[in-house]
Amino acid sequence: MSEEKKHRPPPDPNSAKYKLNQIAAKAYSDAMEAKARGEMVGWCSSNFPVEIPETLGLYVVYPENQAAGIAARGGGERLCSISEADGYSNDICAYARISLAYAKIKDAPEQNMPQPDFLLCCNNICNCMIKWYENLAVELNIPLIMIDIPFNPDYEVSEAETAYVKAQFLDAIRQLEEITGKKWSEERYKEVMEYSGRTSRAWLAATATARYEPSPFNGFDLLNHMAVMVTARGKKEAAEAMETLLKEYEENHVKGESTFRAEEKYRIMFEGIACWPWLRVTSNGLKSRGINMVTTIYADAFGFIYKDFDDMCRAYCKVPNAINLEYARDKRVKLAKDNHVEGLLVHTNRSCKLWSGFMYEMSRQIGEECGIPVTSFDGDQADPRNFSEAQYDTRVQALTEIMEANK
Amino acid sequence: MYTIGIDIGSTTSKCVILRDGREIVGQALYVGGIGTQSPGRSVADTLAQAGLREEDLAASAATGYGRNRWEGADFQLSELSCHALGAHWVFPGVRTIIDIGGQDAKVISLNEAGRMQNFLMNDKCAAGTGRFLDVMATVLQTPVSRFGDLAAQAKTHAPISSTCTVFAESEVISQLANGVELPDLVAGICDSVAARVAAQAKRLGVTPRVCMSGGVAYNSGVRTALEKELGAEIAVSPLAQYLGAVGAALYAWEQKQKTVS
Repeated sequence: MSEEKKHRPPPDPNSAKYKLNQIAAKAYSDAMEAKARGEMVGWCSSNFPVEIPETLGLYVVYPENQAAGIAARGGGERLCSISEADGYSNDICAYARISLAYAKIKDAPEQNMPQPDFLLCCNNICNCMIKWYENLAVELNIPLIMIDIPFNPDYEVSEAETAYVKAQFLDAIRQLEEITGKKWSEERYKEVMEYSGRTSRAWLAATATARYEPSPFNGFDLLNHMAVMVTARGKKEAAEAMETLLKEYEENHVKGESTFRAEEKYRIMFEGIACWPWLRVTSNGLKSRGINMVTTIYADAFGFIYKDFDDMCRAYCKVPNAINLEYARDKRVKLAKDNHVEGLLVHTNRSCKLWSGFMYEMSRQIGEECGIPVTSFDGDQADPRNFSEAQYDTRVQALTEIMEANK
Repeated sequence: MYTIGIDIGSTTSKCVILRDGREIVGQALYVGGIGTQSPGRSVADTLAQAGLREEDLAASAATGYGRNRWEGADFQLSELSCHALGAHWVFPGVRTIIDIGGQDAKVISLNEAGRMQNFLMNDKCAAGTGRFLDVMATVLQTPVSRFGDLAAQAKTHAPISSTCTVFAESEVISQLANGVELPDLVAGICDSVAARVAAQAKRLGVTPRVCMSGGVAYNSGVRTALEKELGAEIAVSPLAQYLGAVGAALYAWEQKQKTVS
């Protein structure tokens, strides 16, 4: 039996998708070239203030983003097996296992990146980061700059916390100047701050176009485009590309078009990191039923809006994983209501105990507050062994049947 | 009007034919699920019982893990919806269904109209499902069908602390070696399943009337332990293992009614 391959037109170089893919790829190639020239390159955690290395003119790459790419391209189990053989538990984050393996073998054709000369870690995303990066620092014998963001029990960031975090940010700058010889420039910082703000505003406005029915985009697109928010939000080209994305989505809405290439029968909120090793399966399981994942906190989490250095410190204190359950719930409830979702699908991600742990209770509260059905499936952000397609399919189908009955 | 429901599970295949959505005229169950000949055999048996041929059927619906592979089904529906429909058909006032099958444990919550409003399935592993009991039955060299009677004879319930089926098996073996009586062990095994499923049910919320479906519903040892954990009476029907197939046949009938009207 022969199958005709779908003819896809070549990508439009003026499209947001093309530009964003180029920026994401360039983040890696620029760092590779910098390393080849003899410049120092860093590995950086995803919620570390990107404005700091960007202002200093330092090239950094992101192990989390690399691990996601390796997992999405089928290399997750191979690398996890390497670090597990070294003694790392398979209970720890698969991003960490992949990264620790990569630091050892230094080659993964799925997504290579330069080895680091320094490490930048901020624990506002989780505490697993701390040990992961400490281990990297010891294994590779390189300096580690660690920023500690306290857990926020309140809705506002206190002055004490702002002062604590600001002192660390300033110390990080000082340490990087010492390690790399680069110099901080207030003028350059203002420029980076402006671009970061521009990129974030455009990104959040783009994701907010999901409020239209039907949504002008397939929610799974966000999982690709957010790579730029993680790795390049302080760059001018990122701001321009995100503004193009917003424009395209608005145009789609006016024309009644969407990148969701099926009839949008149901709208859901997706919770959790994507199940990268099974992205196609999880995406098709939704699309085949006309389910569009119109919103997810995971994408919006990388939009940082602030007006000055102190405000920037506060913004990094308020990332979704560093705030109390009620505030985190309220952010999601707002997304669910603004975007008229009919159901919540939760990825119980074995790699992320923090996120999966609080989602048990938070998803129940979200479902109650919004009056929507909630279902979860077991999976993993990067280890393919923790997912069962049949189990996912049964749960998604049952969720669909409830949403249909609720119409 | 005759409609057929086929529930192709992980361990068994069940089939039911309904007349006018009201009366069961044929039912069959075969051990063996997806990938075996049991689905076909259960359909053939059911047709024979009902004295019908395939052409006499107005519509068919498939459910269970094998639902997508069953050719010729007019409809396919999740087993969650089917168990909800089937249980509501048998017990009109039911609000909470606990379905323990071969590898799944599901808790289904129905609203006042008898429609599924939420559900929770077992996560991480299949401990606390029929498979767990099958493994224990092998270790104890005692059929699962005797578990209810044996549990009722227990003087004390031997605690089984492992949640992992394989580790629990080792625990049971060592308790046997230490001379723990069979009824006490069986009672402990039933308690273990009940505790795990009860925790799941409480997470979803338990509203009476509660019923059980799936093969494990026939195990009075598990049922009694579950009633104790939940503090609620649990209804069970002789059709417990067929409720998914009943629900599927009912769904096929309802859909056919819509096209007819």
